This record gives sequence, structure tokens and C-alpha cells, in this order.
Amino acid sequence: MAQAYNIGDTVRVKTGYPRTHCRTPYYVRGQRGVVEALIGAYPNPERLAYGHSGLPETMVYRVRFPQRRLWADYPGAAEDTLTADVFEHWLEPERS
Amino acid sequence: MSDYRGVHDLGGLPIDEPIDRSEHEPTFFEKRVDALMRLLYHPDRGVFRVDEMRRAIESLPKDDYFGLTYYERWVNVMRQLLVEKGVLSEVEIEERMAAIRERLAAEGITPIE
Repeated sequence: MAQAYNIGDTVRVKTGYPRTHCRTPYYVRGQRGVVEALIGAYPNPERLAYGHSGLPETMVYRVRFPQRRLWADYPGAAEDTLTADVFEHWLEPERS
Repeated sequence: MSDYRGVHDLGGLPIDEPIDRSEHEPTFFEKRVDALMRLLYHPDRGVFRVDEMRRAIESLPKDDYFGLTYYERWVNVMRQLLVEKGVLSEVEIEERMAAIRERLAAEGITPIE
């Protein structure tokens, strides 16, 4: 299985707001980030949560976001970042 | 209608007081709940997945989510999922609890519920 993204790729987190089980934190939805690492392929927790197998396994990415874009009036350093682990189906490609 | 945000999805929300970072030795109750959880969501012999437990916790009414402690939430959803999966019925659980209350009362003990 070939993963969609590689380290260094710019990606955007989708903007969905499902009422069902979701492992993508609210505060990164719709945000643009850079793939920092490939964590590994895992069954989809959004399906596991309802008794399904969650297969096929899909890649989880560690995505790095600039803090100043995540929070209004961020008081810290401009270069501060935050990483979140996001499943492939929550990401879409973005031009760097 | 505004974008849905799960009751559990607290990252980035403001709070009034600093986060309590104090630590404590796990209590017997906490260790027992943790052990039960691990048995119940064991990949080979378990009844459900940890993801199902998370889903059930996230679906708790707001008052329960914030009113129960961390391990009380796990106990709450273990019960819910055992019923959901047909392992136990509510009637069986209630009857067993009534029997335990009776036994404890005979020993002069009031259970914490």
C-alpha cells in the first residue's frame, strides 16, 4: 500500500465536524501543516469505535503546524510549532 | 448551526484556573478499573475495542462527562458496552448490585455509588 504523503509535504487538514468518533483534534481542522514523520499504518479508529474492523489500515502522519496560525493572539515565539498525529483520510494535498 | 465540537475535545479551549498537575499513587479502585479495562479491550480475548470505549465516553451527556472522574467515566462506559454487546443485561447488573448492597449493608458498610 503506497501512502499519499511523504516527509516534507505540505498538507491541509479537512474541515469536517463529524458528530461521530473522531481522532483529529478540533483545533487543527482546516489548518495547513507539514508532514514531519510517518507514524505507521493503522485501522481506522472511526470505524473501530462502532465495532467494525477499520480495515484496510491507512497511514498516520505527524503533522507540524505553526502555533501562531492555530491560536488567535498567540503570545509565544513566531517559530513555535505544534505536532498532531493525523490519519491520511483527514488530509488533502496543498501547494507549499 | 455552529460547527459540532465533542464535549471531550477540549484542546485549545480557555479555562479559568491552572491545570491541576498534582500526582497521586493510584488507588485500588483506579487499579481495578484499569485492569478490567485492559481485559475487556484485549485484542485477542476482549469484548470490545478501546476505540469503542472512547466513543462511548465522548457520547456521555455533558453533566456526566464533567461530573464523573476519569475512572468513573470508564466504569460507566464499560457497563454500557457490556450491555450493548449482549454480555450482560441491565437486569442482571441491577440484580447483582442489589445483592452486593444487601451483603454490604449486613456488614454495616455503605457503598460509594
